[in-house]
Amino acid sequence: MTIPAMSRRQSKYTPRSVPVSETGEKLTTSAMIASLDAEGRDTIAAPFGHALVDLAKTRADIVGLSADLSKYTDLHIFAQAHPDRFYQMGMAEAVLMSAAAGMAREGFTPFATTYAVFAARRAYDFIAMAIAEENLPVKIVCALPGLTTGYGPSHQATEDLAIMRGMPNLTVVDPCDAVEIDQATRAIAATDGPVYMRLLRGQVPNVLGEYGYKFELGKAKVIRDGTDVLFISSGFMTMRCLDAAMVLAKDGVSCAVLHSPTIKPLDAETIIAEAGKGGRLVVTAENHSITGGLGEAVAGALMRSGTFTDFRQIALPDEFLDAGALPTLHDQYGISVGSIIDRVKEWMDGK
Amino acid sequence: MQPQSGTLGSNVSLPRRAWAIRRNALLMGAVQGQGYIGQALGAADLLAVSYFHAMNYRADDPEWEGRDRFYLSIGHYAIALYAALIEAGILPEDEIETYGMDESRMPMSGMAAYTPGMEITGGSLGHGLGIAVGAALGLKRKENPAFVYNLLSDGELGEGSTWEAVMSAVQWKLDNLIAVVDFNNQQADGPSRDALAVGADAPKWAAFGWYAQEVDGNDLDAVTTAFDNARNHPEAKPRVIICNTKMCKGIPFLEEREKTHFIRVEADEWEKALALLDEDKPL
Repeated sequence: MTIPAMSRRQSKYTPRSVPVSETGEKLTTSAMIASLDAEGRDTIAAPFGHALVDLAKTRADIVGLSADLSKYTDLHIFAQAHPDRFYQMGMAEAVLMSAAAGMAREGFTPFATTYAVFAARRAYDFIAMAIAEENLPVKIVCALPGLTTGYGPSHQATEDLAIMRGMPNLTVVDPCDAVEIDQATRAIAATDGPVYMRLLRGQVPNVLGEYGYKFELGKAKVIRDGTDVLFISSGFMTMRCLDAAMVLAKDGVSCAVLHSPTIKPLDAETIIAEAGKGGRLVVTAENHSITGGLGEAVAGALMRSGTFTDFRQIALPDEFLDAGALPTLHDQYGISVGSIIDRVKEWMDGK
Repeated sequence: MQPQSGTLGSNVSLPRRAWAIRRNALLMGAVQGQGYIGQALGAADLLAVSYFHAMNYRADDPEWEGRDRFYLSIGHYAIALYAALIEAGILPEDEIETYGMDESRMPMSGMAAYTPGMEITGGSLGHGLGIAVGAALGLKRKENPAFVYNLLSDGELGEGSTWEAVMSAVQWKLDNLIAVVDFNNQQADGPSRDALAVGADAPKWAAFGWYAQEVDGNDLDAVTTAFDNARNHPEAKPRVIICNTKMCKGIPFLEEREKTHFIRVEADEWEKALALLDEDKPL
C-alpha cells in the first residue's frame, strides 16, 4: 500500500540562521516561570497569592485548588498559609474543574489555578457543564495569559479570551498590574457566579497605583485623557499604552487610555460614550489574538450601538506563535511599547 | 529485508553514548543557565538505549519511512532529546550554542516544525500516547513493521487523556507501540507521589492489558534487556517500560538538590559539572 508521507510544516524545520550569541544580541528564552519584564519598574511579589491569604482570614469558604502549578500561579503562598485549605489535584485539569464545582456545591468558594492554555483548551467542557451552566462560584485564575512566555504554542494562551467569552454565565477579567490583581481578587471573591481571571505572577509591575486607580468589576475607566487617539486596552497592554502615550505626547500625539479589564460583561456604556465623543482614532490593544478578544468585543459593541469611528486593533496575529525571548516576540508581534508607537504614528500620518 | 539500525556496527559503547548525551545536555544547559537539565541527566541512559541499541533510523534522513518513531510528549525534555539527536548525528553538534536562542532550531520546548528528529509537538502533557496510538494504527495499516516509542513522564500519568490512550492501545492490540515512562518522582509542584495516587505502576498497566516491565532506568543493562523484551514479546499487546530514574543522575552535587524540576545552575557550576563528567569518561 502506498500512502504519501505527511506534509510537514516546513517554515521552521529548515535550517535557520545560526544566532550570533557571542554578540549578546540574541536573548535567551524567557522561561515559563519568568515574570513579565518590569523594565526597571517597581514590582510587588505574588499579589494574587497574598490577596487570597488576606481574604481567607475572614472567609472560611475560600479554598484553593491547583493542577501541579501552585508555585507557578502564586497559589503556593495560600497553600503555605492555609495548608488544610489547599488541594493539590495533580496534573489533571478535568478533575480540577469538576472537583471545584463539587466544592462550590457544598458551599465553598474555590479558587482553581493552572495555566491559561490548560483551562481554556483542555478543561473547557468541564468548566462549561460542571461550573458555568450551574452558575457556581468557582474562580478560575490562570497564569501565562496571551504571549507571556517564550515557550511556544503549548504554553501561549493567545486565544483564551475568545474561548472564555463564548461561555455563558462566565465573567472574564484581564487585569493590568499588581495593584489591580490585588483588587480584582477581592472583587471576584465577593461576586456570585463563575469567573475566569488572567494572572500575572511572580514579581508583578506596580503601575496603576500612581494613577489612583480602583478596580470595579464590569467597569472600564479612563486612566489618561487625550484628544487624538483613544486606546481601549486590557491586561498589561494598558501599561504598554500608558508608556506609549507618554512618548507620543512628546511627538504631539495626544492619547487617552481607557482601561477595560472586565472583558465580559463588557462595559459597553463607557466604551460607547468615550468612542462616541468623536474626533479620536479608536485603537484597541490586547495581549491576545486579533480574533475574538477585547478588540472584536469593542467593535461589536460600537457597531450594535451605531457608533461609527475610525478603528484599529493592536493584537497578536491569528497564528501559532514562535518560541524565543519575550522582548523579541513582543516586538515581532507588535505588542511592545515601541511597536505601539510606530503603528499609531503610521495610522495618524495616514489619517 | 529488515531495516538497518542507524548505528549498526558501531563500536561505541552504550555507557559512552549515555555519557555523551549527558555532556551535550550540560553544554546546552550552560547556554541558558537554567532549565530541565535534571530530567536530561536522568533520562540519558534510556535515551542511549533507545537511539543506540533499540531503534532503527537513518541519521541523514530523519523522515525515512522505515524508521522507528520516537514521540516525545514531554516537551520540556527537549534538551534531553536534542542531546541524543546530536549524538546520533541527526542534529549538528555546532548548533549546541544556539539552544533556546531566538531563531534556533532547538527551542526550549520540543516542537515538530522546528527540529529534525522531533516527531511531535509536545509540552501540553497527555497528548503523546494518543498520537502514538494513531501512528501505530497507521503503521499497521501500511504493513510497516516499525515501532512507535512514546516517552512519557510520571506526572503525565495524571492526565486522563493518557488513560484513554492506554485503553485504546489495548483495544487495538498495538504490539508495535512501546511506551517508556521516565519515573523520576518529580513534577512542577514537588514529588509526583504526593500529587496523585501514583503507585503500583507496572501492575496497574498490566491490569489494563499491557505487557509491563519496571526497571532501574539508570541501569543500562537492565534498560537494554527491557527494550529487547518489549520488542520481542510474543503477545498482541502494547508494551510499557517504567524506568525509575534519578533526576540529575551522574552529577552528585546536582542529584542532592531538593528541587530539581527546573533548576538554576551558577556559571561556575556548569564547568564543575562538566569536569565531574569528564573525570568519569567511559570507554
